Amino acid sequence: MSVITPADFAALAVGDVVAERQFTLTRDSLVRYAGASGDFNTIHYRDDIARSVGLEGVLAHGMLTMGFAIQPVLEWLGDPALIDDYQVRFTRPVYVDGETGAEVSVSAKIGQLDAEAGTARVDLVVTAAGQTVLGKSQIRIHAPVAALQAP
Amino acid sequence: MPINPDLAGRVFEKTSPYLVGREKVREFARAVFSTSPLNFDVDAARAAGYSDVVAPPTFAVILQQLTLDQLLADPDAGIDFSRVVHGDQRFTQTRPIVAGDELTATLTIASVKTLGGNSMVTSESRIEDAAGAHVVTAISTLVVRGDE
Repeated sequence: MSVITPADFAALAVGDVVAERQFTLTRDSLVRYAGASGDFNTIHYRDDIARSVGLEGVLAHGMLTMGFAIQPVLEWLGDPALIDDYQVRFTRPVYVDGETGAEVSVSAKIGQLDAEAGTARVDLVVTAAGQTVLGKSQIRIHAPVAALQAP
Repeated sequence: MPINPDLAGRVFEKTSPYLVGREKVREFARAVFSTSPLNFDVDAARAAGYSDVVAPPTFAVILQQLTLDQLLADPDAGIDFSRVVHGDQRFTQTRPIVAGDELTATLTIASVKTLGGNSMVTSESRIEDAAGAHVVTAISTLVVRGDE
């Protein structure tokens, strides 16, 4: 593991794609997240109940999608302490088929940059089946302290 | 039954201390597809300056859920859980949560709004460590669908 360096940070520009990753969700992923988080809402593992409340079928926890969508950025940053704020809007459900699962793509790019203050906003584009599933997903980060001491 | 508009500004009782377990951190990290050694390996976490394995940023939802349970259980709130949809979510952190932290959370209802037939309840759960220092605030909007 390597932590992003002050030099890396200074070299960033708005529009730079800093991380990308594809995730495959299966029903197992949803059960695992339910257990880990304590969110046992039945619409995340029972088709009959999901359909009875007007859904197409079982859908992923929004918090699961939010939880893995930041992982590529964490990998790039190296240190989670550089994150100040992370927000998302849940715009569309991610349906997870019992046999084929669901593919979710995450792309992270620099949306805003203040090199002098050593802060940036990373915007996530999170899509499943070609449609955006998280809206306004933004991560505010700060550079390692050494970046601010550079001349 | 409509959402009680008087909920806005209400502060709930601080939750009982939650001790963050090392295996719980690992379990949660696996569930969100983490590949970071900081989440799993105590030595890697210590080498990076942490006292123990580090929880992923959205781990705070576990603490937030304890506070939202207080809201949903309150008969005065008038919230029918079967009609609740998660609208948005935000975490503002001072530092990452690490195994060994003993955390408490305090729920404040920031606003209650009505839009169309739906109600939107925005809550803030302030999470502190055993010394009373701020760790992270989880902000969440729940959309409660009105009667069809």
